[in-house]
This record gives sequence, structure tokens and C-alpha cells, in this order.
Amino acid sequence: MLFLLELLISLLIVLGGFFVLVGSIGLIKLGDLMPRLHAPTKATTLGLGGMLIGSMLFFLGVEGKLSIHEVLISLFLFITAPVSAHFMAKAWLHLNAKHRPKLPPTGSNRGWSTYDASHAPEPGWPTSDDPDRPAQ
Amino acid sequence: MIQLALYFGFFAVSVALLLNLWRLAVGPKLMNRILAVDTMVINAIALIVLFGIQYRTTMYFESALLLAMFGFISTVAYCRFVLRGDIIE
Repeated sequence: MLFLLELLISLLIVLGGFFVLVGSIGLIKLGDLMPRLHAPTKATTLGLGGMLIGSMLFFLGVEGKLSIHEVLISLFLFITAPVSAHFMAKAWLHLNAKHRPKLPPTGSNRGWSTYDASHAPEPGWPTSDDPDRPAQ
Repeated sequence: MIQLALYFGFFAVSVALLLNLWRLAVGPKLMNRILAVDTMVINAIALIVLFGIQYRTTMYFESALLLAMFGFISTVAYCRFVLRGDIIE
């Protein structure tokens, strides 16, 4: 039984190390920032999640004490990784505004959200001299 | 067996950190460097977790949690500085 537990822990640690390595190789290998963003935010987070589950099983099964820290770390990382990836993609889009003219029209009266939201107001949108709009 | 797996984990995370350092050094632009630093923080958390298993202590996990929080906050602050030219307006 202990052997099976150790096998499971070792497997989780090895898989975690493998995925962390895959994420960093992708960070080197992929060509531009937008494809490059996939590797660290997906593969590395997945690998770290595997390592944290392995660590929790280790402290629960081998050492005999329950530790909740790993759940906190993995929860925090799994919440924050998409947010930071999205933030980096948005900052990159604003630094490379030359891609904007190549985009097709959106087909509605809304523009492309990242590029057009900060510039021209949409038709029908309350302007700054609209009395219903609260003062900023 | 856990020890062998830990050796593999240390090796993999260390190589991953070196690759991130390479990306941080060559760039080519600002956003790639921010991404490299963000990945380095996550890899450092992985290294701390592996150290905790190696020395059989749960004391390292507080530092891992702190590093996770500060890594996220620093990435968001840097991206916000790039976007707006200011962090707290």
C-alpha cells in the first residue's frame, strides 16, 4: 500500500517536472509573444499543480500530517495565471497597434474591444456632456 | 523512489529556470521579458515545493505562497505600467 502511494507521488512529481520543462521549452521555441504565451501559462501551471498534489499526498500519506498550504497555492495560481496572461496579451496588443488595420470589421456597432474601447465612443454611447452620466 | 523522482524534478525545474533566463536575456522586447519573469516566479515556486518534500518540512510553503502572490502582483503592476504609464492613478 505504501509502495503504491510512493509510486503515485513519484509519478506526480515526474509528470510535474516534465510539464514545467515543456512550458519553458515552449517559451524558447515558439516564435512570437502570442503563441509564446500559451506554453508558460498552461503547461507550467499544470506541472506545478501536479507537483503540489504530489506534495500534499506525500505529507498526508508518508509524514502523516495534513497540509492545506498546497491547496491554497494551487488555488491562487490557477486563479491568477489566466488573469496575468490576459493582462500581458492586452499590453502586447496595445504596444503593437499596427495590427489594428488588418482586422476585419466586427459586423456590429461595437468595435474590437481592446483596440477601439479607449478611442472612439460607440454610437449611442453616453458622451461626456450627457446629463444622465455620472461625473467622473 | 521518491528520491529519484525528486532528483528528476530538481533537474527539470533547474533546466526550465535556465531556459527562462535565456528568454529573459535575449528578449527581444519588453513583453517577452515580463513573460519570462512571470514564468521564472512559477518555476521558483515549483523548486520551493520540491525543497519542502526533500527536507520533509511544511515550513517552505509559506514562502511559496508569498512568492505566488508577489509574482502575480508584480506582473500585473508591470503590465499596468506598460498600458497606462502609471500603476495607481
